[in-house]
Amino acid sequence: KLLEEAEEKGPESESAETSSSTRPALPPTFSLSEIKNKQRRQLMFMKLKQEKRKQKLELRKKRRKEREALGDKAPPKEVPKTIENQRVYDETTVDPEDEEVAYDEGTDEFSAYFNKLINPKVLITTSDRPRGRTVRFCEQLATVIPNAHVYYRRGLALKRVIPQCISRDFTYLMVINEDRKVPNGMILCHLPDGPTAHFKVSSVRLRKEMKRRGKDPTEHYPEVILNNFTTRLGHSIGRLFAALFPHDPQFQGRQVATFHNQRDFIFFRFHRYIFRNEKKVGIQELGPRFTLKLRSLQKGTFDSKFGEYEWVHKRHEMDSNRRKFHL
Amino acid sequence: MADKSQTCSVWLGSETGILKGVSLSKKRAFNFCDMSSVSRDQEICALTWGDRQESEVLVGCVNGSVKTFSTEKGVFTETRVCGDISQGRFTGIAVTDRSLITCVESGLLKVWTEGSADTVEINVGGEVCRMRQNPSQRHRVATGGKENPLKVWDLERPDKPIFTAKNVANDWLDLRVPVWVRDVAFIPDSDRIVTCTGYHQVRVYDPSTPQRRPVLEAEFGEYPLTTLALPAGHDRVVVGNTHGQIAILDLRKGLVRGCMKGLAGSVRGLQCHPSSPLLASCGLDRFLRIHSLEDRSTVRLAPPILFSALLNVFFFSFLLKLVGSDAAGEVEEVKEEERDEVWDSMETVSEKGEKRTVEEEAEESRETAEKKEEKKKRKKAKK
Repeated sequence: KLLEEAEEKGPESESAETSSSTRPALPPTFSLSEIKNKQRRQLMFMKLKQEKRKQKLELRKKRRKEREALGDKAPPKEVPKTIENQRVYDETTVDPEDEEVAYDEGTDEFSAYFNKLINPKVLITTSDRPRGRTVRFCEQLATVIPNAHVYYRRGLALKRVIPQCISRDFTYLMVINEDRKVPNGMILCHLPDGPTAHFKVSSVRLRKEMKRRGKDPTEHYPEVILNNFTTRLGHSIGRLFAALFPHDPQFQGRQVATFHNQRDFIFFRFHRYIFRNEKKVGIQELGPRFTLKLRSLQKGTFDSKFGEYEWVHKRHEMDSNRRKFHL
Repeated sequence: MADKSQTCSVWLGSETGILKGVSLSKKRAFNFCDMSSVSRDQEICALTWGDRQESEVLVGCVNGSVKTFSTEKGVFTETRVCGDISQGRFTGIAVTDRSLITCVESGLLKVWTEGSADTVEINVGGEVCRMRQNPSQRHRVATGGKENPLKVWDLERPDKPIFTAKNVANDWLDLRVPVWVRDVAFIPDSDRIVTCTGYHQVRVYDPSTPQRRPVLEAEFGEYPLTTLALPAGHDRVVVGNTHGQIAILDLRKGLVRGCMKGLAGSVRGLQCHPSSPLLASCGLDRFLRIHSLEDRSTVRLAPPILFSALLNVFFFSFLLKLVGSDAAGEVEEVKEEERDEVWDSMETVSEKGEKRTVEEEAEESRETAEKKEEKKKRKKAKK
């Protein structure tokens, strides 16, 4: 190895501007990491990178020339592979014409809402003794979700809170769990006897921390956008979110709440839009933003010990494949 | 419709009231339902065979009606009202020679005899979770529920249960251990009964001994156990819980043998095939899965079949063979034919040919043995 390095050092010390072609051919098992001298190693690596980039550019130019030369006959541009492209086809993807699914959804626990019989009423609370960040998050959520009330959790057991909520005609119970002064979990329970979803909350940004935000949201009912909830489980969760907001969005308010699902993470954003002309829209982000990840969906109201789970996230079984998603 | 229902080897009941039959050989599922009345109160909560030849399926619905479905014709033939919604769901339906036994959640066990309008009624206690019939002694029935200990009833003497289980001794804090029997099964060829509880315990009772407390107790997991199944052979039991975990427990010592992977929702139905080591499971995640009991993998012959509604109950047809045996049978037949042709051709050419092949094999084996010995000698010589 010393001999090899000596060979190298020789020609380099001659002139620093020697091109790559005049450098002696290195034995194939030699790698840059074996050069002990840091300066020299860094130089060599930089040169290697520059060479590679040059080659890549040349290749690209060649391809572009070929494409222009062929004109119409050129093969179509290759689409790069992304994880979303390579997603394993999920068997549970809902076919829009499936009657059984349509029937199932028509008669499930949300049917009362979707048949326009009931308007939602949401109770937002936290885990016991919340810190400032969580409290502010709950207040902001209450401005985003119409007809929402924030109550202080005085150490009450959820199983006792739920019958009281039902008697006061609440349709949703949202509990924000806090850990180390930061909100990190959410339990969303549809009230009469509906499913309970448990989410992991991350990346919470309050209004103060948002750059270029608009003024505070008004009392108008927002529109709701649900993106990419394709599987049967995704459908259930999508309906869970949709039922949080009242039916008739007030378009005068120009506010929209978006739940975007990508790779099993659900991103929540709240915007105000304005149409400048027919083709251009301007949007301002208002309101809190956070991401959710579903941990479990339980049939029936909150009962983590004895309830029956419809879906449980099992890390070792479900997360083993990078291209398989469940929502 | 008729041929579809005849090929179905697994029958499932869903929450929407649709009876589904799965044909494993074709790997397809078929829906059988009364198109007029598809509603949530027709939700199927109990399924059983109508007779020993497995030509009729009895379906118990939430609204208290029991429907008869004939597998040969593929149509629902009869409906009977055996209770109403106020009494709770069916926790078990069974059939003896001429009568139908139904049990509901409120504890009312009724025996409906054909022909006569008399019914024998037994009050089994409140909040029953399961009622099962002893497959060998068909007039014996076991029930259990929440705060309702295991009781074995003989229908010919309906006044008192033959066997009532006694609760386990107080735990280490000297508190009474709560009782919640969720599923019961009779171990074949013996008097013993296995139960699984909502407090994640599995217990074995033996009515033939004077001890009314469980003979064996085992625990699994932290979530309520919903169903259990007994594979062929007398020493194992398979249980499933509300978290989607399925485990095989050994009944000799009470240890967990292994777990099955795959289920993401609560296990609602588990059944073992009587002859081949297969286990089928269904649950709230809307899939039917078939597992192999030997190596605990999900058998690839039958990938999980998706249903669009939650599955409540199901069971196997014992007479129809499953995919493995069917496919293997076909393959074997083909192979045999080919083999026959090969042997025929060989025989016509010369009989010596056959003998030679056998001899050649023997020679080859001898040669390899000799070579090995030589190699050993050479190695020894080198050393």
